[in-house]
Amino acid sequence: MGRTFSKILVANRGEIALRIIRACKEMGIQSVAVYSEADEDSMHVKQSDERVCIGPAVSAKSYLNIESIIQAARDTGADAVHPGYGYLAEKKAFAVACLESGIVFIGPKPENLALAGDKIAAKTRMQDAGLPVMPSSPGGVSTIEDARAFAEKIGYPVMVKASGGGGGRGIKVCHNVAELEEEFPVARMEGRTAFDNDEVYVEKYLTNPRHIEFQILADKHGNVIHLGERECTIQRRYQKLIEECPSPALTPELRNVMSRAAIEAARAVDYENAGTVEFLLDSDMNFYFMEINSRIQVEHPVTELVTGVDLVKEQIRLAAGGTLDYSFDDLNRRGWAIECRINAEDPEKNFKPSPGTIQEYHAPGGYGVRLDTHLYQGYELPIYYDSLLAKLITFDLTREGAIDIMRRALHEYRIEPLKTTIPLYCQVMDDNDFREGNFGTDYIERFLPEEDGEEDDDL
Amino acid sequence: MSKRIEVKAAMSGIFYRTASPEEPPYVEVGTEVKKKQVLGLLETMKVFQKVRSPVDGKVAEILVENETPLKDGDVIFIIETE
Repeated sequence: MGRTFSKILVANRGEIALRIIRACKEMGIQSVAVYSEADEDSMHVKQSDERVCIGPAVSAKSYLNIESIIQAARDTGADAVHPGYGYLAEKKAFAVACLESGIVFIGPKPENLALAGDKIAAKTRMQDAGLPVMPSSPGGVSTIEDARAFAEKIGYPVMVKASGGGGGRGIKVCHNVAELEEEFPVARMEGRTAFDNDEVYVEKYLTNPRHIEFQILADKHGNVIHLGERECTIQRRYQKLIEECPSPALTPELRNVMSRAAIEAARAVDYENAGTVEFLLDSDMNFYFMEINSRIQVEHPVTELVTGVDLVKEQIRLAAGGTLDYSFDDLNRRGWAIECRINAEDPEKNFKPSPGTIQEYHAPGGYGVRLDTHLYQGYELPIYYDSLLAKLITFDLTREGAIDIMRRALHEYRIEPLKTTIPLYCQVMDDNDFREGNFGTDYIERFLPEEDGEEDDDL
Repeated sequence: MSKRIEVKAAMSGIFYRTASPEEPPYVEVGTEVKKKQVLGLLETMKVFQKVRSPVDGKVAEILVENETPLKDGDVIFIIETE
């Protein structure tokens, strides 16, 4: 019932482009891949119904090129665009450009994107809605004197964060005044160069918290539901590495309270389509709103495996005006899912990137294994894009079972001769603290070789 | 006797002579450099690594232009050392 789309242009690359093309095929919708000159041999280009080259290798001239992508949508007659994650997914200007061209942007409204991109405004809105937020400076801080004053008021350690930041960039942790004075100008500079916005704010820093996020769906008719949480605590330099659903840290009572807060957060900004509300959880089980991510998340498959809801198909259905006629309690939830993000990085060498051509490829399979990847034997990794190779996701009725399957699947996976994060995850799957669900944000450090002081070569 | 030392790309990546378009290049031909001094940047899969001088000396040649994609082992600089 209702309208749907006849052709969707996928404005992304790599595994997420393939993920969206697969959903289109299953829904009987034609798909258009866009690609840069460096991605001619990429799997998303091979698998789509149509393909358009949108520019040279450098992302700024291709995957971030709004004009070129809109033109490709017009030329192919696509009636909707799915932006995936990263690139243009949270760029208000792109959502507006789609709207003005009469193409549906499969994602939140432009106003949602603008607010999600402005962390100070988002926090203020959440505070007004009665959500717990991390103590911080009420607005942007522009002088070191103001930064010092706020830091003393809320107590060290503090974080200096770029208001326009994202993906873990533009964040500086300061344990004392001296560090604050050193990092404050750097954070402003990074904000200016990376996000064209040098506004920063000072926020209380929790030592070793957990990152818990809630998946939200909202239709155009005022219905907002949540699909449970994801545990995203295991990170390195604010980049998530391992995610799971559900979280071993939440009790049913806490899940209830946090999920209500997540729905409140979405309602407070009149949110539409799929989104994620991120919280920090301290050791006393106090939680704090952190941000809303207005896109499909990299780690969405763990929620799909446990809830049985295909989030990309729901994004498409909701963008076409579909209604949410179910809630969390109606879902036939079961089991446990874990995801490892496999990157072309060498964990033995400070996560240095490991480019190259895949000469030997063997994908894991069998019971409880899902693999979202664009890799194939003979594929040459372009040097221009990020190092995510694959998302290996395993599922079983228990957490222990999902870990056992993950360990087995990791050992099966061969991507030669690239250095990858697979050996690191093998160690994690054997670790008692991980198996007991006992970890915080600094967990992964114990597996990394000591940095020898000369390893400042990645900026 | 002066020796000519090659500085090569440690892996494939895009070579940059400056930290940002508004800034001057790290070095020019003729710049005196110290061992470990930064000569340029190499971007591989969104990660930037510094290209450093292996020796004290002088930049004799710069063989690749700004924003050139390089292969593992491509020679970028020649440093002249005593």
